[in-house]
Amino acid sequence: MKKVYVNEDWCLACHLCEYYCAAANSGAPNMIKAFKSGKKPVPRIQVEEGSEVNFAVQCRFCDGKACVKGCIAGALSITPEGVVVCDENKCVGCYTCVLSCPFGCIVIDEEGHRIQKCDLCTKNHDGDPACVQGCPNKAIVFEER
Amino acid sequence: MNPLFEVIRDPDRCIKCRVCERQCANEVHKYDPDLDKMISDPMTCVDCQRCVCLCPTHALKIRPNENQFRENANWSHQTMDEIYKQADSGGVLLSAMGNPKDYPVYWDKILLNASQVTNPPIDPLREPMETKTFLGKKSQKITYDENGKAHYEKTPYLELDVPIMFSAMSFGSISKNAHESLARAATELGTYYNTGEGGLHEDFYKYGKNTICQVASGRFGVFKGYLDAGAAIEIKMGQGAKPGIGGHLPGMKINDEISKTRMIPKGTDAISPAPHHDIYSIEDLRQLVFSLKEATNWEKPVIVKIAAVHNVAAIASGVARSGADIIAIDGFRGGTGAAPTRIRDNVGIPIELALASVDARLRDEGIRNDVSVVVGGSCRSAADVVKAIALGADAVYIATAALLALGCHLCRSCNTGKCNWGIATQRADLVKRLNPEIGYQRLVNLVTAWDHEIKEIMGGMGINSIEALRGNRLMLRGVGLTQKELDILGIQHAGE
Amino acid sequence: MLQREGATRIPSGCAISGFINRSGRRTNGSVIVNSIACMHERSNGLGGGYAGYGIYPEYKDQYALHVFYDSSEARIKAEAFLDRHFDVVNLSRIPVRKNPRITDEPLIWRYFVNPLPTKLQDSQLDERTFVAKCVIRINDQIDGAYVFSSGKNMGVFKAVGYPEDVGDFYRLEEYDGWAWTVHGRYPTNTPGWWGGAHPFSLLDYTIVHNGEISSYDANRRFIEMFGYKCNLLTDTEVITYIIDYLHRRLEMPLEDVAKVIASPFWSELESGKFSPEDTEKYRHFRNVFSSLLVTGPFSIILGFNNGLMALNDRLKLRSMVAAEKGDTVYMSSEECSIRTMCPDVDKIWSPRGGEPIIVTLDKDAGDTRSPRFTQSGAGRVATEVNHGERV
Repeated sequence: MKKVYVNEDWCLACHLCEYYCAAANSGAPNMIKAFKSGKKPVPRIQVEEGSEVNFAVQCRFCDGKACVKGCIAGALSITPEGVVVCDENKCVGCYTCVLSCPFGCIVIDEEGHRIQKCDLCTKNHDGDPACVQGCPNKAIVFEER
Repeated sequence: MNPLFEVIRDPDRCIKCRVCERQCANEVHKYDPDLDKMISDPMTCVDCQRCVCLCPTHALKIRPNENQFRENANWSHQTMDEIYKQADSGGVLLSAMGNPKDYPVYWDKILLNASQVTNPPIDPLREPMETKTFLGKKSQKITYDENGKAHYEKTPYLELDVPIMFSAMSFGSISKNAHESLARAATELGTYYNTGEGGLHEDFYKYGKNTICQVASGRFGVFKGYLDAGAAIEIKMGQGAKPGIGGHLPGMKINDEISKTRMIPKGTDAISPAPHHDIYSIEDLRQLVFSLKEATNWEKPVIVKIAAVHNVAAIASGVARSGADIIAIDGFRGGTGAAPTRIRDNVGIPIELALASVDARLRDEGIRNDVSVVVGGSCRSAADVVKAIALGADAVYIATAALLALGCHLCRSCNTGKCNWGIATQRADLVKRLNPEIGYQRLVNLVTAWDHEIKEIMGGMGINSIEALRGNRLMLRGVGLTQKELDILGIQHAGE
Repeated sequence: MLQREGATRIPSGCAISGFINRSGRRTNGSVIVNSIACMHERSNGLGGGYAGYGIYPEYKDQYALHVFYDSSEARIKAEAFLDRHFDVVNLSRIPVRKNPRITDEPLIWRYFVNPLPTKLQDSQLDERTFVAKCVIRINDQIDGAYVFSSGKNMGVFKAVGYPEDVGDFYRLEEYDGWAWTVHGRYPTNTPGWWGGAHPFSLLDYTIVHNGEISSYDANRRFIEMFGYKCNLLTDTEVITYIIDYLHRRLEMPLEDVAKVIASPFWSELESGKFSPEDTEKYRHFRNVFSSLLVTGPFSIILGFNNGLMALNDRLKLRSMVAAEKGDTVYMSSEECSIRTMCPDVDKIWSPRGGEPIIVTLDKDAGDTRSPRFTQSGAGRVATEVNHGERV
């Protein structure tokens, strides 16, 4: 399955991926509107900064899938392609998945009532995920490994 | 002192993502949490355009500071600024990249020919169009034995799939990632890049067959393994941006890797003397040429690189008679990581004129075949390349254009070591901004695009092989040039 | 005012034709005149000319110099030069017949000469180089004098006009040769100077050429390094010098000369079409003789002391047809002109671009050829005939 991978050698911690992600998933037609109308959208990818190494983190689509197993509302499911997606209408905001994700990749949305996670931009976008397209240094790639 | 630039931010567009702040090594941008606003201090801005390019909402622009001293045709703003700087510091002014002054650009005063009626243009999409180029001495000795088998003398040569090479830029003046981009691009393009005077990083020996190893006056990183590693050896006698001047890489840039590659202690200044101290005359050059050939078993062509100065034709003739296989001439617009401003802006001559007179001189003396001529010093496009070859060059060196492909925006602040594009810097956090995976592909794209354009232009002229363009000055016409300039260029005026 | 050849570069298209009898049988010049007459539309009346080989058997050991003079003064100067350098065995005006369409003729003289032995020795040159240098010097330095033919047992006849009228003017029916070539010119801009007509010649090399080469100045500036002076600024002149340099001075066989002038494309060299040894050799040629590669459209017929070579540019941007009948080989811009000379040829084909047709006299072809005879592979059509298309 094609996944998003990050090469820490090239991650500059510019945080652009976060902004492209948040804007792409905000439903707004452009980044300015996404960030300037009401609450700031929350990105599903987050850059961890270190003194020398930086790393953008988002859902790894790991084998364990503790999030799906732990979901009490049946909101999280796995598509035939292997993508873990969240049905926002079913999510009750119990945060079980947030706690059980070993990578800390599930985040709480700007309203604070639901979770959101990376779905590889399958719902909002054509082509490569927004974080991949927006990375200025090709640190984030979308590929089969 | 006034800031040179103004940072203009459109508050309606800015989303305070702070990319500009994180990406500016000059610390121009800052987020103020109290004001919940991005603020800028333009004093240190060099107009490298990094923030502008990365801003996701296109909220930024940098423009020259509109603040003006009182208008004076003699004392320009810049001249006055420089006086203030020198009065402050008591030092020599330093600048980077090529001569930016308003001297004539002869490339832009030369027009190309095309076929009409009497001779058909050739369609490069349908017919072979050849740009392969050989550099080196061309011995025409040939004999045939009684069976009709030819026996000929083979001399060392470089084989280029495109008549464009990457000019010398040392590891030290540019980053390791920049070097890797150049090396990989040269390999993929079937051409060569040049180590410059900083030696060859051990990781890059694998690109040796597409590498030209430079030997300069500081002899940094020169040892037998280095000479053996490359496809050719270049003796750097001069550089177009600073003829008659050596080099100085400050100790702060000499980190572990550069120290190891240059074979000098970490943290020490790397100073290249103005002359080679074993070459005070032409006969000394001959000895170095032959020493290097001897050291490499006479298997590699030797390039001698000179700056285009007033009597360049006579110097080139001397170099041609000194055993060099290739002469590289660097015009006064050639780039540099750092040069004294006064030298860069006032010394040397345009490459177009230097090339024309060198080529004519070597032909007049009947020794044009003994050497190939490579020119550099601001070949900015495929058209410049075509004009250079038609004037008589065998190939061109590009460096500034290559750096632009890597992201450089010609802010001309290489000497500060804070290149925001990860090119002219050794700061680890900045170096990683240049991902060689992207860099090499952009270089390949650039040269491939130029090669396509060269082929289009050649096809229009009815030429299907680059060798038929070489020295073909009838394909050129001047516009707006004096008779003297036309005579030196060896071309006619448009309409003639 | 229009500038003549030499003062400006004049591109031109043309018609060419030629034939050779491998056995050395001599044919009357009227045959070649007829062959070009049927390609009248390919010329525009601004130049025509012929080269005949084996036409001076009685003076076969002397260099036959054909010279145009603009004035008697030029003739006096040139003859003084000739007297200083040569033993003039015979001199005369070339006999001509008045033709209403051939006008403004210069003085046309012919000399049969031997180099003066003392001068030759002093020059430290071989005989042919000495003669070539003298010819280049007259043409370059004596105003109003132009040597347009300088080989042994051969001659060039050319003028401004349609080629069939030029043949009539020079009374070519009075000459017999084992090979003839002809050229009808279609220049785009010339006042019509006799010296600018083709064939162009140096020693016994003659070239008739149809085309306009785009590599001209690259070729010219390179070949001028070797003592040549391209005074006419025409393609034919520079191609002649290239062949003289490669064939006479470097002593390369014509097969290899053709591979320099119309070198194989890199794609061909990489295709395995040639043997590894030839591939290596042709690569070497493309390296060291790169500036002698001729590009742009051309079809040429080269005449030399014992044969003819026809060659097209590598893309075959100009027409060229070849044919064989018995021991005679024909080559021409158009088939019609071959059919005029020989209606029932044994075979006829269109040679491929860049592949030369080299025809030389058979070894036992009698004493008709010139004394110097170095060409190997005599007596065969040195091309892969099967590669050509049937036409």
